[in-house]
Amino acid sequence: MIKELHNKLISGEITSVKLTEQYFNAIEKKDKEIGAYLTLTEQLALKQAELVDEKIKKGEKIDLLAGIPCAVKDNICVDGARATAGSKILDNYIAPYDASVIKNIKEADAVILGKTNLDEFAMGSSTENSAYKKTKNPIDPERVPGGSSGGSATAVAGELAAWALGSDTGGSIRQPASFCGVVGLNPNYVRVSRYVLIAMASSLDQIGPIARSVEDAAIILSRISGFDGKDATSAQSGEKPYEDYLTGGIKGLKIGIPREYLEGLDGRIQERFDETVAKFKELGAEIREINLPHSQYSLPTYYIIMPSEVSSNLARFDGIKYGMRIDDRVKSGDTPDHAASALLETYLDTRKYGFGEEVKRRIMLGTYALSAGYYDAYYKKAQRVRALIKKDFEDAFLEVDLIFSPTTPETAFKFGEKTDDPLKMYLSDIYTVTANLAGVPAISFPIGTISKEGKELPLGGQLMGKWFDEENVLNAAYAYEVRESLFIKSVNEFTG
Amino acid sequence: MLTKDEVQHIAALARIGITDKETEKYQKDLSAILDYFKELQKLGTEGIEPISHITGRFNVLREDEVEDFGDLGKEAIMKNAPETKKGFVKVKSVL
Repeated sequence: MIKELHNKLISGEITSVKLTEQYFNAIEKKDKEIGAYLTLTEQLALKQAELVDEKIKKGEKIDLLAGIPCAVKDNICVDGARATAGSKILDNYIAPYDASVIKNIKEADAVILGKTNLDEFAMGSSTENSAYKKTKNPIDPERVPGGSSGGSATAVAGELAAWALGSDTGGSIRQPASFCGVVGLNPNYVRVSRYVLIAMASSLDQIGPIARSVEDAAIILSRISGFDGKDATSAQSGEKPYEDYLTGGIKGLKIGIPREYLEGLDGRIQERFDETVAKFKELGAEIREINLPHSQYSLPTYYIIMPSEVSSNLARFDGIKYGMRIDDRVKSGDTPDHAASALLETYLDTRKYGFGEEVKRRIMLGTYALSAGYYDAYYKKAQRVRALIKKDFEDAFLEVDLIFSPTTPETAFKFGEKTDDPLKMYLSDIYTVTANLAGVPAISFPIGTISKEGKELPLGGQLMGKWFDEENVLNAAYAYEVRESLFIKSVNEFTG
Repeated sequence: MLTKDEVQHIAALARIGITDKETEKYQKDLSAILDYFKELQKLGTEGIEPISHITGRFNVLREDEVEDFGDLGKEAIMKNAPETKKGFVKVKSVL
């Protein structure tokens, strides 16, 4: 998609301004129904597009991303644009600077169309936790797009952006990509700078691309990755043009299938999965069954570590430094019981009305897990289990080059199906959280559809790689994509 | 099951105001999730070093020098504060 658009731009078949306008027209027509965007950045987009058209006119060489319209999850700051992170507490927040990834894509002259909807502070698996609106799955509007990067996945799947940025803490890029039938990449932990990503759980968070093809994801990763002095966790490892590694050749590559992931899997999902495994075999890969013996502990481990870090990261939203303060609501005649007069009341009330239910639940879980008397039993215990989970991966990667599983244990579910039961919702992340716990790169790509109530719902396959081995992860997914000439059939049907 | 008092205590520690109705809901939710965590107690982890940073990095330091906001501009940052006075963020009186 990106290369095609790039060629059209440099050949003069289309201008960036025209392309940008086309996307805004599509947004105007369709986004009322789908709800992918929270904020549009029209002025910024057109300014950037004009600049690229100038460069092309002058015969200057332009980057692959130049002039191509994209969308950005609303927890990543774009200078001068509103950044809500899907929360009322940041309703009036205007970002005073660019996140490093935004700086990078601006340097590549990408066109930013707007900011996309998400579960509040990226906490959720369905985008139903946004304080603003529900985003609908473009393939079946009765179903959720997944989360928390549901807006970004929907923007790409619904052709309201050529590609998008999301963030992944426990699967928030891969699970919505799977539900919407697009490609989502969670790069290796600290591969991409998190500077001015509104933090959720810092030992797990990673920014990554959502795209229409594996090749696009590789192109985007090349532009957003690299060392950043502004992020104290940023990896020193060298940057590569990842697209150069996409040969499609995977002969002799060893792919491991984790036995534990397939227990109790839905029959039709198992079928799609087995078909994909067979195709990897045809492509010359060697398939081996492997064990990740601590898999059953990854979800409870994740749901201790993540909220603990959430409770710490979200302490900064206190109604003092920025964002909503409860007095504002008193002035605007909104609902609080009384005007907060003392400092403690300001904290309590700002956080009571500013945060949604799931955010409060996680902050409280984290506060509990870190509190005196419980720290050892919960947080420290979880960090120990995390070490064992990492060891599982170390052992597995002695035998195989990649690990393959379904991305999710199910296809997109309906609105409201899980909102009353947080545990049920958390199970959506069962196959994705381990990559974040172990810190390895992982990609989700479409492996076919499953028919439900007359709709063809997409299913994703997930490839996880060794630490900092995005090359093999991307190349194996690319090999499958090319083999299948898989360019998101179901979405094309939807969009005509 | 967590008691109402326990839930309210956690909420107070977390600096979150919650209503009585929410207290009941969180009593149920948090207890169910905490029960789920008990799964981990089945696993022996004696002698396992807890992981604090997955890449094994440790204390990234920089020179102890003043860094100015530079062209970001203090003004742009202060614009987001709910209340300011003479270039400072205004806080409610504590005493």
